[in-house]
Amino acid sequence: MSETSVQNKATERSSSAPTRREVYEAGIRRRSNRIALTSTAIVVLAIVVLVPLAPGWDAVQRAFFNGRVFAATFPGLLEAFLLNVMIFAWSAPLIAITGLAIALCRDTRAPALFPLRLFGIAYTDVFRGLPVVLVIYIIGFGVPGLGLPRPWNSPYIWGTLALVLVYSAYVAEVIRSGIDSIHQSQRSAAASLGLSDQDTMRFVVLPQAVRNVVPANMNLFIALQKDVALLSFIGPVEIFRQAGVYKSLYANFTPYVGAALIFLALTIPATRYADYLMNKQNRART
Amino acid sequence: MTTKLSLRGVRKRFGDHEVCKGIDLDVAEGEMVCLIGASGSGKSTLLRCMNLLEPIDDGAIWLDGVDISEPGLDPQPVRQQIGIVFQSYNLFPHMTAAENVMLAPRRVRGLNRQDLLPRVTQLFARFGLGERMGHYPDQLSGGQQQRVAIIRALAMEPQIMLFDEITSALDPELVGEVLDVLRDLRQQGMTMVLATHEMGFARELADKVCFLDAGRILEQGPPEVLFAAPQEERTKAFLARVL
Repeated sequence: MSETSVQNKATERSSSAPTRREVYEAGIRRRSNRIALTSTAIVVLAIVVLVPLAPGWDAVQRAFFNGRVFAATFPGLLEAFLLNVMIFAWSAPLIAITGLAIALCRDTRAPALFPLRLFGIAYTDVFRGLPVVLVIYIIGFGVPGLGLPRPWNSPYIWGTLALVLVYSAYVAEVIRSGIDSIHQSQRSAAASLGLSDQDTMRFVVLPQAVRNVVPANMNLFIALQKDVALLSFIGPVEIFRQAGVYKSLYANFTPYVGAALIFLALTIPATRYADYLMNKQNRART
Repeated sequence: MTTKLSLRGVRKRFGDHEVCKGIDLDVAEGEMVCLIGASGSGKSTLLRCMNLLEPIDDGAIWLDGVDISEPGLDPQPVRQQIGIVFQSYNLFPHMTAAENVMLAPRRVRGLNRQDLLPRVTQLFARFGLGERMGHYPDQLSGGQQQRVAIIRALAMEPQIMLFDEITSALDPELVGEVLDVLRDLRQQGMTMVLATHEMGFARELADKVCFLDAGRILEQGPPEVLFAAPQEERTKAFLARVL
């Protein structure tokens, strides 16, 4: 009898007032927040006070954080950034398709298709092993050097091709890891129903694999968005090159800071979104 | 009764470990055979060999008098005749229950959704899943998933159904609904081979019970004989543990 009355008392309390445990945890939370706030304030204060004390601060401020130059160049930079977005927009789907094709090449099992498999392996090895900028130079200067007629000598085409070649290799590896991550029992189930190997890949394995690697591919495409700036080395006046032009014009580095801000405005939300997807997927797995 | 499936001297090894050490077994048409035995005794492997998911190393398997264990034989037509249901359901998680069921008939037998829908709807209704056709596997309970897996195998209209410990992963209160499906199939005269730990079920419905031990069928017979008066010491010991 006495036991049940104690239990009743406990449940009564939890419905009205916070329990001992809740009070304790709320205290811990308040304490952690206080400490985090204080330590952040100290670090920010130190930066704000100490950096301007550096001997070159005035010069740096004039060269990199010049409000007048920023206002004059920012619209032009934004306009140039449209070119980055365009190059990104037409290379991304090409990369997705090529990457998928290469991944499938590497996954072929039939002996007659061994050359394809070999090609897939060689492709990913070569293009993951080269600096992006080097591929852009070799293809961007090399192919137009063949003396092709317009518009086939355009650096846009060959620069884009260079990006597609390199990034497909990475995307292919990511997709392949997705294919490997699908449990053997899924293939068994498909085989037991009499599905062919091709149908098993197309309807059972690939749809799951591609879904699993969306966050990892998002990260690659964020990197691609930044690497579009490398095309400036072979001609196209995109944001990085435009910033360089402004730098010479105003004898001031502020346009580079402006360009950096524009990149961050795009890449930070995209990165956060990719992280969000990744976390969601990890939660779903556990 | 004609013999539907027959195994002679079937051997299967994984690396150094021989899982099936010469198994002979006959399954007659409309018969229900239960394989019992401890974990690792070779029940699952034997089932996987029967529908050629695992190639056998030696011996032979006949289906309707045709040797299906011939090396180099295309396994796909054979697998269409022998359905299998796995312990872990193995539904395709990215498809609805109905899509899971229709994939193989569509791709392998070239039927379209409209033609399939009446029959599939009827199968779902028959197994108490009429409301669940549009659900994804992770929206279904274990028992429901396993019933969808059975429907998926049945949709190919196989002549034999293999069941690999299909209730072992289920919560106890869900086992009954899956066993009911097997009772239903039994009444329809489906030829079935089950690897199972459900001794009560085997005793109630099986025509023949085979006790597997270390890759051999040590003892086989009708359930009333095997459960009541086992001959081998190991069978006695096993039954004493599980009954």
